[in-house]
Amino acid sequence: MENILKITNLSKTYQSGGQPLTVLHDINISIEAGSTAAIVGPSGSGKTTLLGLSAGLDRSTTGTVELNGIALDNLSEDQRAHVRNQHVGFIFQNFQLLPTLTALENVMVPLELRGEKNIKPRALELLAKVGLESRSHHYPSQLSGGEQQRVSLARAFSNAPKILFADEPTGNLDAETAEKVVKLIFDLNREAGTTLILVTHDLELASKTQRIIRIKGGHIVSDEPTDKIMVHG
Amino acid sequence: MNKAMNQSNKKLNIGWLFLMAWRDSRRNRSRLFLFISSIILGIAALVAIYSFGDNLRQNIDDQAATLIGADLVFSTNKPATPAIQKLIDSLGTEKSQEKSFVSMVLFPKTGSTRLTLVKALEGKFPYYGSIETTPVAAGMDFRKGKEALVDKVLMLQFNVKVGDSVKVGLVSFKIAGVLDKAPGSIGIASSMAPVVYIPMQYLEQTGLSQKGSRINSSYYFKMPGNADMEKLVKKIEPRLEKDGVNYETIQTQKEQTGRSFEDLTRFLSLVGFIALLLGCIGVASAIHIYVREKINTVAVLRCLGVNGWQAFLIYLIQIVCVGFIGSLLGALLGTFIQQILPWLLKDFMPFTIDVNTSWGAIGQGIVLGVLISILFALLPLISVRNISPLNTLRISTEEISLTRDPLKWLVYLLILAFISGFAWLQLQDVIQTIAFTVCVLLAFLILTLIARLLMFLVKKFFPFSWSYLWRQGFSNLYRPNNQSVILIVSIGLGTALICTLFFIQGLLMQRVTLSSSGNQPNMILFDIQASQKAGVADLTRKQGLPVISQVPIVTMSLLEINGKTGAQLKADSLGKGPSKRAFRNEYRVTYRDTLVNTERIKSGEWVGEAKPGDVVPISVEDRYATRMRLKIGDKMLFNVQGLPVNTVIKSIRTVNYNRIQTNFLVVFPKGVLEQAPQFYVLLSRVPNSKVSAKFQQLVVQKYPNVSVVDLGLIISVVDELMDKIGFVIRFMALFSIITGLIVLIASVRISKYQRMQESVLLRTLGASRKQILAITALEYFFLGFLAAATGVVLSIAASWGLASRVFDTAFHPQILPVLGILAFISLLTVVIGLLNSRGVLNKPPLEVLRRDV
Repeated sequence: MENILKITNLSKTYQSGGQPLTVLHDINISIEAGSTAAIVGPSGSGKTTLLGLSAGLDRSTTGTVELNGIALDNLSEDQRAHVRNQHVGFIFQNFQLLPTLTALENVMVPLELRGEKNIKPRALELLAKVGLESRSHHYPSQLSGGEQQRVSLARAFSNAPKILFADEPTGNLDAETAEKVVKLIFDLNREAGTTLILVTHDLELASKTQRIIRIKGGHIVSDEPTDKIMVHG
Repeated sequence: MNKAMNQSNKKLNIGWLFLMAWRDSRRNRSRLFLFISSIILGIAALVAIYSFGDNLRQNIDDQAATLIGADLVFSTNKPATPAIQKLIDSLGTEKSQEKSFVSMVLFPKTGSTRLTLVKALEGKFPYYGSIETTPVAAGMDFRKGKEALVDKVLMLQFNVKVGDSVKVGLVSFKIAGVLDKAPGSIGIASSMAPVVYIPMQYLEQTGLSQKGSRINSSYYFKMPGNADMEKLVKKIEPRLEKDGVNYETIQTQKEQTGRSFEDLTRFLSLVGFIALLLGCIGVASAIHIYVREKINTVAVLRCLGVNGWQAFLIYLIQIVCVGFIGSLLGALLGTFIQQILPWLLKDFMPFTIDVNTSWGAIGQGIVLGVLISILFALLPLISVRNISPLNTLRISTEEISLTRDPLKWLVYLLILAFISGFAWLQLQDVIQTIAFTVCVLLAFLILTLIARLLMFLVKKFFPFSWSYLWRQGFSNLYRPNNQSVILIVSIGLGTALICTLFFIQGLLMQRVTLSSSGNQPNMILFDIQASQKAGVADLTRKQGLPVISQVPIVTMSLLEINGKTGAQLKADSLGKGPSKRAFRNEYRVTYRDTLVNTERIKSGEWVGEAKPGDVVPISVEDRYATRMRLKIGDKMLFNVQGLPVNTVIKSIRTVNYNRIQTNFLVVFPKGVLEQAPQFYVLLSRVPNSKVSAKFQQLVVQKYPNVSVVDLGLIISVVDELMDKIGFVIRFMALFSIITGLIVLIASVRISKYQRMQESVLLRTLGASRKQILAITALEYFFLGFLAAATGVVLSIAASWGLASRVFDTAFHPQILPVLGILAFISLLTVVIGLLNSRGVLNKPPLEVLRRDV
């Protein structure tokens, strides 16, 4: 199967207190289109940085990131924004809905950005899928955490992304709500045939994906299929 | 890749950006409006002034004929030559003559006297408009008998009524009416020299038109309806110039009045512009905080595919829209304020102004408002382009910084160009424009530096031993997102303007009052004829008053400097030799053999006595020599009442004008002018107003041509004048102060959102309402106090500079009023701060925490 994401010899160094601080060292990963994978590791291990670089939110210090066949490293920030709009969906730990837009408008934004017409029915349909059709005109502050994350899910799938990045999607939710949201993520993902990359420190959530990449101190310490880990487990 | 992007951008039309701007503003509209509210007053001030200017121009056009009262006016202070008399006789279908001079008048009913401007009139002047009197008919009828018109202020001052009498020189006139307004007269002029009209046929009998009296003659002509004034003026101009006769037509009057008031409106525009600039800084500061609050929203949009410029445009659209609404409101307010301006400036206006809505001014104001809100919002707004999408995952490792953005310098350049461009439009002079721009920048720079220094000092010498509430209030001055600098700049500038004005007014009054203290002269008698010299001195001594000095004055005109006439200097002047302006006025010269105690030789050598047959050695006053570009050795040829006298500048003197003294631009030595026609000035000192009134009565009765100036009167006139000018300036400074207060309210409201979380947290941790109140009150007290103190310090520095450089006097600021201003502004800041914070104080913490702030 074709790789939708190909990361080669990637490293990232920040300046911290005037000193260089390397948070990712020589990372090599390939993700097949339509697959699901989890990046796990302790706090500060570099997993969120890796997600940011993979999604084109930042530039690597060395190495290359190829997303859907497009090399991100040579693109300007505005060109990468265009790539994100065309191919990428996001789910964040703290939902990141636009506070001044209603639930419906939040879902419509990626489609509006693509200049698509007649988008309202599609956005409503997505809201209906996450069970929030009746709350479409509510503002984020009028929704509970779980509802906000469901709107965020609808928004993430609205532009039919080729790849979906989820950063600790259940981190701010209680166990019951988290379970419902996780189910929704995987159901929608299966339905749309989207590649899913999860960043989490929740091993139970990670085990729902096909592959688990463990990262520690900026290095990949293991990269194995989930079923194999379970067997060894 | 680029191609794909372009295609996508084409699809993403500007409509979506407007939609997003609208959506994003939904929960911020009141805040956005608050940001822009600080420019409303600035725009209001400018629209009011522009509208006033437009109305003024329209009124000048409509009323120019009534301002001058005739088609053509000649005026001269010399008797008409035969050629001029011939010209006068040949012009006009109707003509009138007026002779005016300064003289004492006496009101026999009360026995009071006053220096006035007497105008003796014959003919039917004015031909356009009227001499406005009460009763109305008196304006024309007084000319038929021995009757006079007396200025209304004078009538009120001396409690005289129509039907009473006024004595001018040797003749008593019945007061036929109250003079409300003469053509072209300005309200404030009547406090300097109130006018008394008398019929010309009685002038001779008053005894005030003797040779040597300084009389100005005016000839008013009514021309036939088809007269080509331009052609006529061109034809007669050389003749008039040769004989020293000035002329005015309706057209020249229009231009001259227009020019004078153009200067006034330009000055007022610049004062209004300072208020606007102050508001602009408020806008820039508020947008800076607004952008900070929007970082996360922009980061999310960037994740979803919005590019940097699109994000920037969303917020620019918001600013343009709110700027437009703010400017529109400002224009409306300005249109209302312009109704007040004619009333405010009525004492400086020669006519009443009809107020009409000026659409041009409104348009200008709105365009200016939108432009200025964009320009000043751009500075913080351009950083929106650089907000990283990484902020959605965590706080970006790179703080959004403006300093590295090259576009920032372009914006600074645009702001500078805008300020100097606006100043140039008002001033039309490159040097003045540069001076204004530099002064504005310096004022802002100094205030900013002082504000930063204060914050640094507060941080450096933080009072750790103080109680928690004091420390918390104090530390809010320098913590992140504080508004200290903007508030200190805006309130400080407003305070500085008001205080400087207050100090200068006090300085001028103090200077005049000081002049009359001690044994300085405080009464001046002038126009004493040679034959009256001994008699007046005798009368003074008999009243027990000292004759401090009695100085001869000879009037003369300048014919040549270094062999060149005024016309020749005009033709070949390159701006290096003597100025042709030296020929403009009549010279009043004295002669003596020694310097007086207010004079000092700066260069050259004082020669007290002229040698017969030699060129006469003269002394010229220092500032006058500089202005006229005269130097030691320059030769000046004077016409002394028909006799040419050759002189050479032998010395240049400095004169201390702080003392009441007869000061002269040119002093002759002894031995030249003794036989020339001359009059005398006598200086004396009266102990009180009672003695002064009695002495003035005696002088007027015995020597009606002699004029008396009481320094007490000068003080009251200066006081009145300062009050009126001060009122206008205070009114304009008020815009800066109120703008400062609006910036304060806006800033406090903005910081309220910053402080809210913190206050709620403090309340959650157990702080009482009273404690939060105390912290807030202390913070705003420090802020208001530091801002006002900065303004006061600046104004003391400015006043000291003006006192030592311009007014040449010592400056002692009045402490009590300054403390009053400090206390008032500090208190006002605290009140506004507390009023704005009551939302946090009155609600339970949970309600605030749950709310989307």
